[in-house]
Amino acid sequence: MSLFGLLTINDFFHAEVAAVVAQLAVVLGGIGVVGYLTVARKWGYVWREWLTSLSPMRIGVMYLLLSAVMLVRGAIDAGLMRTQQAIPVEFLSPEHFAQIFTAHGVIMIFFVAMPFMFGLINCIVPLQIGAKDVAFPLLNSVGFWLTFAGAMLVNLSLVAGEFAATGWLAYPPLSELEYSPGVGVDYYIWALQIAGVGTLLSGINFIVTITTMREKGMRWMQMPMFVWTTFASMLMIIFAFPVLTATLTMLSLDRLLDMHFFTSTLGGNAMMYVNLIWAWGHPEVYILILPAFGIYSEVVSTFSQKRLFGYTSMVVATMCISVLAFAVWLHHFFTMGAGADVNAFFGIMTVAISIPTGVKVFNWLFTMFRGRIIFATPMLWFMGFLFTFVIGGMTGVLLSIPAADYQLHNSLFLVAHFHNMIIGGVLFGFFAGLTYWFPKIFGFTLHEGLGKATFWLWLVGFLVAFMPLYALGLMGATRRVADAAWLPIYQPLFMLAFVGMLIIGVAFAVQVWQLAYSIYNRKKLQADANPWGGKGLEWQVSSPAPIIGERHPLGVLTGILSLVGGFALVWQIWWVVILSLVILVALYIRNSFTTHLHHE
Amino acid sequence: MNKVWHDKTYFGFWLYILSDCLLFSALFATYAVLRTATAGGPGPEELLDLPFVFVQTLVLLTSNLFMGLALATKNKRKVLAALAAALLFGLIFLGLEAREFTTLIAEGHGPSTSAFLSSFFGLVGMHGLHVAVGSLWMVVVMAHVWTRPSTELREGGSVYTKLRLLGLFWHFLDIVWIFIFSIVYLLSATV
Repeated sequence: MSLFGLLTINDFFHAEVAAVVAQLAVVLGGIGVVGYLTVARKWGYVWREWLTSLSPMRIGVMYLLLSAVMLVRGAIDAGLMRTQQAIPVEFLSPEHFAQIFTAHGVIMIFFVAMPFMFGLINCIVPLQIGAKDVAFPLLNSVGFWLTFAGAMLVNLSLVAGEFAATGWLAYPPLSELEYSPGVGVDYYIWALQIAGVGTLLSGINFIVTITTMREKGMRWMQMPMFVWTTFASMLMIIFAFPVLTATLTMLSLDRLLDMHFFTSTLGGNAMMYVNLIWAWGHPEVYILILPAFGIYSEVVSTFSQKRLFGYTSMVVATMCISVLAFAVWLHHFFTMGAGADVNAFFGIMTVAISIPTGVKVFNWLFTMFRGRIIFATPMLWFMGFLFTFVIGGMTGVLLSIPAADYQLHNSLFLVAHFHNMIIGGVLFGFFAGLTYWFPKIFGFTLHEGLGKATFWLWLVGFLVAFMPLYALGLMGATRRVADAAWLPIYQPLFMLAFVGMLIIGVAFAVQVWQLAYSIYNRKKLQADANPWGGKGLEWQVSSPAPIIGERHPLGVLTGILSLVGGFALVWQIWWVVILSLVILVALYIRNSFTTHLHHE
Repeated sequence: MNKVWHDKTYFGFWLYILSDCLLFSALFATYAVLRTATAGGPGPEELLDLPFVFVQTLVLLTSNLFMGLALATKNKRKVLAALAAALLFGLIFLGLEAREFTTLIAEGHGPSTSAFLSSFFGLVGMHGLHVAVGSLWMVVVMAHVWTRPSTELREGGSVYTKLRLLGLFWHFLDIVWIFIFSIVYLLSATV
């Protein structure tokens, strides 16, 4: 047994140009950040004011930064894939292509969408309920740093070794040791395990916060919609994420201890994994979209200058969705062969979940009806969402019919559908929320003109990039195919999707410009307490909202030790695993004797 | 440290226990599906030793009895004595489980033999891991009781809450064990 487990010097050398570039980017990026902080002598400031901060506003901004950094990486992955499929030059090997689509999915869901969501929740929910802090400030910090450690573990896979080439849910038997002997799947497992624990802790934290820390007099049915949808989403986290933990634990036992939960030999049952992972995976989609729904509800009411139409039905619809979301998971694998009765049940449940969603859409429409609409950037994101989401919803209903699904399963039609929901639904929503609450978080508004340009470029780019995939899917094009020399009949539509990707790229660039321009001109864009005329409690405090909270190093130390321990687990460097675990436990025990945070 | 903080902490801990229920339910579901997947080898009926596990169950129940006693008194010495007894029985339980596992492995029925055995070791082992973590936690709480003035044991004191959270966890593990005993062991009994 070697001192460094499975890790050898060869794991740092990659054969492909694209892989080497990515490796250099991560290494230089890391050196750049560390170097800048050292040269500018900012370590003390960063440590005191950010890394150890327990202020939900600071933690929220760190979530947003993490999300932005990972969005760049996920988007580069997407660009590579679109380019490979559009241009008849195969510059990525099938193996590398598979790693890229896996990383793209994992990063976009776990390390872009989730931190984006938690960033907005941390910044805004305490303000909206009139609480100074969350229920467990230290736990909040620990939750963030675990998410951070998971994200960094995924990035480390670019430096040493490889990432999973299995697709973002790592179905066995492909993800078993027999077919994926490298460390890619282990990076996947431990990144998700670490981040998943962080998510669970944050979920518990916000449920307790919303339940017990609301301003006196704010009853349940007076909570803002964003608080309600966050509450529903956090409840779903508590029900869904332990299943993910259990499932990945079993997969890692298969890989590490030669067990046979999901192998194709000795009675292992791969479909058990598929059931379990989707019992988490489907709720996860709603965990992301419900807070976005909440943001839309806030935005549409503010910019229509009316009260939200049908508040009560909105709350009921939200809670219905969070329950129904746990009864539809099998629609991800109708083709498994569970039989007509089972498929029919899950097909009907899937159609049923579109009913509360439809209620929400009508409520938003009626809120706009006879309102005096202000076409500010957040409102544009909302209206773009309404348009794209209805398309995505209808294709979802198509997919929910088992007979149709047999044709469309694993085709690009499906890829188009879920991007329709996640970009047009989740991402647009978070962009709306970011623009809307930006002045509350940072004290100045984002430039409106550039924001509108960003929105239109995004909308057009999204439609051009993804509508062709519906057609391609109906023409029989399957997902996850690296081979560029595909049927010539597909070529024009892949080219069109490529053009759409380029437009999204321009949208990105304008968005970065908007941010830079707004920061540069922040004096001119300075916002008062309530720049949009919003009604919620968050608009009663100054902009930027005051930073309240203590400091504690336990969160960031947990993150560092989890990252080290996770890396060691991937490479089976057992002495490091044990050492980091012992230090971690010792820290927590010591902390139980020394720390007495003030709780109000 | 006022009442609200305790309420929040208890509520948060209950939510954690709820999430742990979900973790176990995933493992129970897997066991239920893989129970018959013995790959031609012996199944639960042949391998599991019901009288042995009955003793194990009594040991864990006794441990919980002492935990209940620890929660019922405000006397520092009595609390420490009850916790020590609860810990002792917890460790005996773990020892018995280790014995069951090593016997099975020595007879060639290790977790890598079949999907059934993987799911058995996975489910029962996960419970054992929880008991082990709980035992370590119990040592830490005993240190807290030991070092803090006995007034902290009164309602609202810092040790009071710590002790009650540990108690919740310990009883929760007992309940999970009752389910394991019923679903894994009793259902495989050949009478």
